[in-house]
Amino acid sequence: MTVPRGEVFGFLGPNGAGKTTSVKLLLGLSRPSAGEARVLGAEVGDAAARRRIGYLPELFRYQSWMTAREVLALHCDLARIPRPDWQREIREALGLVGLAERADDLVGTFSKGMQQRLGLGVALLGRPELVVLDEPTSALDPVGRQDVRGIIGALRDRGATVFLNSHLLTEVERVCDRVAIVDRGRVVAQHRMSDLLRESGVRIRAAGLGGQDVEAANRHGLARLDGEWLEVDGIAEAAVPELVRELVARGRAIHAVVPSRQTLEERFLSLLGTGDASVGEDASPAVTKGLER
Amino acid sequence: MSGATSILIIARLTLSEAFRRRLLWVLVGLTGLIVVLTWWGFGRIAEASPVTGPVQVLGVSQVTVMLAFMFSFVLAMTAVFAGSPAIGADIESGLLLAILARPIRRSDVLLGRWLGLAVVLVGYALAAGYLELGAVVLATGYVPADPATGPVYLAGESLILLTLAIVISTRVAPVAGGAIAVVGYGLAWMAGVMGGVGEAFDNHLLRGVGVVSRLILPSDVLWRGSAGALSPTDTVLTAGGVDANLYRFSPFSGSAPSAAWLAWCLLWVVAMLALGIVLLRRREI
Repeated sequence: MTVPRGEVFGFLGPNGAGKTTSVKLLLGLSRPSAGEARVLGAEVGDAAARRRIGYLPELFRYQSWMTAREVLALHCDLARIPRPDWQREIREALGLVGLAERADDLVGTFSKGMQQRLGLGVALLGRPELVVLDEPTSALDPVGRQDVRGIIGALRDRGATVFLNSHLLTEVERVCDRVAIVDRGRVVAQHRMSDLLRESGVRIRAAGLGGQDVEAANRHGLARLDGEWLEVDGIAEAAVPELVRELVARGRAIHAVVPSRQTLEERFLSLLGTGDASVGEDASPAVTKGLER
Repeated sequence: MSGATSILIIARLTLSEAFRRRLLWVLVGLTGLIVVLTWWGFGRIAEASPVTGPVQVLGVSQVTVMLAFMFSFVLAMTAVFAGSPAIGADIESGLLLAILARPIRRSDVLLGRWLGLAVVLVGYALAAGYLELGAVVLATGYVPADPATGPVYLAGESLILLTLAIVISTRVAPVAGGAIAVVGYGLAWMAGVMGGVGEAFDNHLLRGVGVVSRLILPSDVLWRGSAGALSPTDTVLTAGGVDANLYRFSPFSGSAPSAAWLAWCLLWVVAMLALGIVLLRRREI
């Protein structure tokens, strides 16, 4: 499996598939029983590489007796960020995750969602080249999720790689450039999101549709009639105007032409069922992995 | 990141936690209360029977050693209860995940935790020990055989137990780990008593029990050193009609540990910390 630099990479899989274990292996927190991996061009666990990585764990918890500002200062220290930069780093992180007004409150008084925001702030310190987010929105409300999407977008804009481990497929669908699907410790598929969710059909609403229309549509794909809607799966994008012209020529009044596509959830479920596999190939990956536990 | 810097960061974090969680303040407050109460108590003893003759000196010395034993117990428990959750609880809660993802080694975390708690314990042992001795001297005029080193041995004993608790905490949950360390401390003390009986009565088996237990957990070596330092001098004992050699084998007395035993204590701490590092490296985080 390869994660190209500068992309937002979704790492998906059912519960127990090995997503968090993979993340821990990549960060040197767990020991592999076999295989090898490289992160930012270095061996897994390399200290210099870890300085360039930000990490939000799935099981996040921070010192309850410290303030948010103090937790961030501790991680500035641990990440060996030069002391003169701490204030700016902390201020930016607090602002990004929406905790500026709670900066001097004890973490013990924070809700779970606020602690997750703090964890995200911790992961962003020092402008890391690779940000590993393990279920970053699990404790967040819709506003928080939207904020995280914005933060991930900003990270991509400045060239950082984001490794997003999540089972919230709608979130992944919105932010990821590429996804890998893992099942029982094995990558079963890796695709660009645009390829994975390629439009796969069209729905046409028209008055007076009948069997002849379905026959005509069947020449372009697999058609079926659903009330006023003609649904055609597998039709090529270029064939849609031709089909519409044929229907108009047959006297049908067209009210709507809606491209249809599988959701990520549908693709996810179908891939898990079929075990479709393909592997990306990029010259300068942020992460390459082939570890086993 | 250099190891020393990482260790100091974690040690500073541990010290801050001890302050912020009020561990130090509780210890300082309660110790202040104990010092005042014992100063008052020793004063009443001196009023009832002025500490002038060897018998009175012997009586006051025994109360002083009992007081030291209480402090030894408090220090041991503090070491165990502070050390037992030092690693395991942070792993279970997930606190260590974010820390270990940084460029820091597991050994730095363990040594930093040990160093931070060691500073708390040694600082407390020395401050409380000398304050308490000062109260005894002021109230009664009794000056033990070696007042300067008595609290130092107590501090050393607490480091032994802290090391044990932290090493156990790399693999065992805090409550169970604490229980193991407390039982170990109790057994080591009791085996030391048996060893003393063996020495007094020249019983090889009991003497062997004492030696083996001190090799396994040398906390009693340092406790006996402290008790010996706080006992009267041989001159006073002899003047009181006590066989000084025999007296040194009683559970609440002792003598300065040999250089070999002190070296063993040091080696034991180093070896145990090395073991803790190996255990932590192999643990799933």
